[in-house]
Amino acid sequence: MNSSTRPAQPRPHARRPAAADGARELKRIQRAFWRVIAQPLTRNNRTPRRGPDGRATAAAVARFIKPNDRLNAVERIQIYHRAYWFRLLDSLYDDCPGLRAVLGEKQFMRLAEAYLARHPSRSFSLRNLPSRLAAFIRAEPRWTRPHTALCVDVARFEWAQVVVYDEAARPLFTTDDLLDADPASLRLSLQPYLQLLALDYPVDEFLLAVKQQESLLRHDASNMPAQARATDAAPHASRPPRPERGRCWVAVHRFDDMIYLKRLERASFAILTALRAGRTLDEAVARGVPPSRQADEAWAATVRDWFRNWTELGWFCRRDKSTTSNR
Amino acid sequence: MTFSRRPAESCARCRIAAPSSMPANRFNAYTDYGIGIGLRVPHYRHILARKPVVDWFEIISENFMVDGGRPLEVLDQILTQYRVVQHGVSMYFGSADPLNRAHLKKLKTLVRRTQTPWLSDHLCWGSVDGSYSHDLLPMPYTFAAARATAEKIRQARDYLEVPICVENVSSYAEFHVSEMTEWEFLSEVVERADCGILLDVNNIYVSSKNHGFDPRDYIDNVPHHRVAQMHVAGHTKFEKYILDTHDHPVLDPVWKLYARATRLCGVTATLLEWDDRIPSFDEVHHEALKANEFIDEARPATPARAPARSR
Repeated sequence: MNSSTRPAQPRPHARRPAAADGARELKRIQRAFWRVIAQPLTRNNRTPRRGPDGRATAAAVARFIKPNDRLNAVERIQIYHRAYWFRLLDSLYDDCPGLRAVLGEKQFMRLAEAYLARHPSRSFSLRNLPSRLAAFIRAEPRWTRPHTALCVDVARFEWAQVVVYDEAARPLFTTDDLLDADPASLRLSLQPYLQLLALDYPVDEFLLAVKQQESLLRHDASNMPAQARATDAAPHASRPPRPERGRCWVAVHRFDDMIYLKRLERASFAILTALRAGRTLDEAVARGVPPSRQADEAWAATVRDWFRNWTELGWFCRRDKSTTSNR
Repeated sequence: MTFSRRPAESCARCRIAAPSSMPANRFNAYTDYGIGIGLRVPHYRHILARKPVVDWFEIISENFMVDGGRPLEVLDQILTQYRVVQHGVSMYFGSADPLNRAHLKKLKTLVRRTQTPWLSDHLCWGSVDGSYSHDLLPMPYTFAAARATAEKIRQARDYLEVPICVENVSSYAEFHVSEMTEWEFLSEVVERADCGILLDVNNIYVSSKNHGFDPRDYIDNVPHHRVAQMHVAGHTKFEKYILDTHDHPVLDPVWKLYARATRLCGVTATLLEWDDRIPSFDEVHHEALKANEFIDEARPATPARAPARSR
C-alpha cells in the first residue's frame, strides 16, 4: 500500500516566493483571478485584451497563472471566464422568460450582462440571482428603453414567482385562534411565501401567454431539426404582444406546491398589505373600505367573502413571535 | 420539523449494499452505502411513482437549503424511502473569505432533516469579498492555503457536527506560487483537518490530461484510509483540454482508475454524477451499477485498510 498519511514536505526545487506564505497572498491571488472572470466577455466570448483598469490582461494573468504546452495563461483562465458568464447568463435566461419576451433575446442579453457586471451574485444560491434586477432596471433605464416601466413590473413579477416557489409556510391560522379575539387589537399574519404586487401593467396575463407560447414552442421543437431550433426566429415570430398600461393588483401564491396567480381588487389589496404591515384587523379593513361605506351591508358581505376565500387558500398563518416584523 | 425515518436496513425498497471486505470508516460514519446516483429534477416523477431500488441518493445541498415549497416536499418523500447523502457546491473551504455563518446555519438545518451520515464539498474556492462565482475554482497549492483551508473545514465540522469529506476538483489552470502537487495538497489539507476524502476519479483523469501528470501517481499517493466516498462521471474532450461535463457515460480510462482506487482504498460508497443532458433514470442507474464489475474485479486484491487514527 502506497498510502501517504503525512503532510507533504516542500520540494527543494519548488518555487516558493516569500509572499506566497500567508492568507493575504491567497486573497491577493483570488481577487486577481476574480477581476479577470467577473468582467464581461468580448462579443466573441473571449477574455478582453485589457482589463477594466486598462492594463493588458496577458501580462496581469501571466503573473499568477502558468501556461502549459497547449494553452497560454489567458487561454487557461478563459475556460473559467466563459464558464462563469455562461452559467450566470443561462440562469437569468431561465428565470426571466417574460423579460425576454418584452425585450427580445439580444436586448435581454445586453441587460443581463450589464446587470451581472453591476451586481455579481452575493448569495451561495443562484436562486437569488434576479433579486436586484427590478431595482437595476429602474436605476439604469438605458438597457430597457422604451419599455422600462413594463420591464420593472415583469422583473418584480418574475422574482415574486421565485420567492413563492420555496419560501417558508407557517402553521395555518385557524378559527380556534379567533376565540376571544378583539378585532380592534387582532393582528393576522400572512404566509411568508404570499407575494402581493401592485402593477402598472397586467403582466400576470402577459406572463401566462408567454409561458403558454414557450410550452407550445417546446412541443413543436421536439419535432424540429436541431438547426431550426437553434435559431430564435420562431419565438420572435410568435411572441405575445406587449401589454398596454393598466393598473392591477395581483397575489402570487402557492397551493399544494403549485404556483397560482390571483387578481385582487384595489380594496382587498389594501387590506392585505395593511395586514402584512402589522396593522390590526380593524385598521386593515379601514384601509380597504372607506369609513363612510363600512356600515354598508354589501361591503360587509364582500369583505367577509374575501376573508373566507383567503382562509381557504391558507394565506393566514400564526404570528411568528420570534420576529418583530410582519412580512 | 422532526420526522421519523426507517433505518436503511429495514427499508424494503433499499437494496442492502453487498458486504465489502473492507470496514467502513469514521469519515463516512462507518456506513457501507454501495452505489448511488444523484437526485435530479427530471427523475423526481419516476422515483416517486415507481420507487426504484437504489442504494442511496446524493443530493446537492444548496437545492434544498430553502425554507419551504416543493423542494422540501420532494425531499421529505425521498427520505421516507431512501438513504440520502448531502453534497455541497458552495462552502468554498479554499476561499480566503471566512465561512458564511448564514450559509452554515441553513446547512445545519438541512443536515438535521436528512440525517446525512457524512457531508461532502469541494477542495476549491469560488467566492471572494462576498461575491460568488458559482464555480469550483482551482487552489494555489501552497502550505499557507492548506493551513487556511483545513482550519475552515474544522470549523464547519465542529459547527455541523457531521463528518466532512472534501472532493478533489477538475482544473484547467495552475498557479506559479504552488509549492506541491495537487495530491500532496489534498493530503496536506485532509491530514491537517483530520477529515475524509471524496475521491473523484474522473476529476483526477481530467486534471491529469490538462496538466500532464500520471493519474496513477495521484491515486497511489493520497491517504487511502481517509477515502470515504468516490465519484465517477463522464467528460468531454476538446482539442487542447478536457472538460468535466458530467453529460456522458463514464469512459473506460476512468473506470480503470476507479478499479485501481478501489483496490487501494477498499470498496467505497460510489456515486455516478450525470448533471447535463440527463437520460432516463434507468439509463443513469444502469451506468452507475457498472461500478459493481470493477468492485468485483478489485475485491480479491483489496488490502486491509489502515486503521483510522485520531490526531
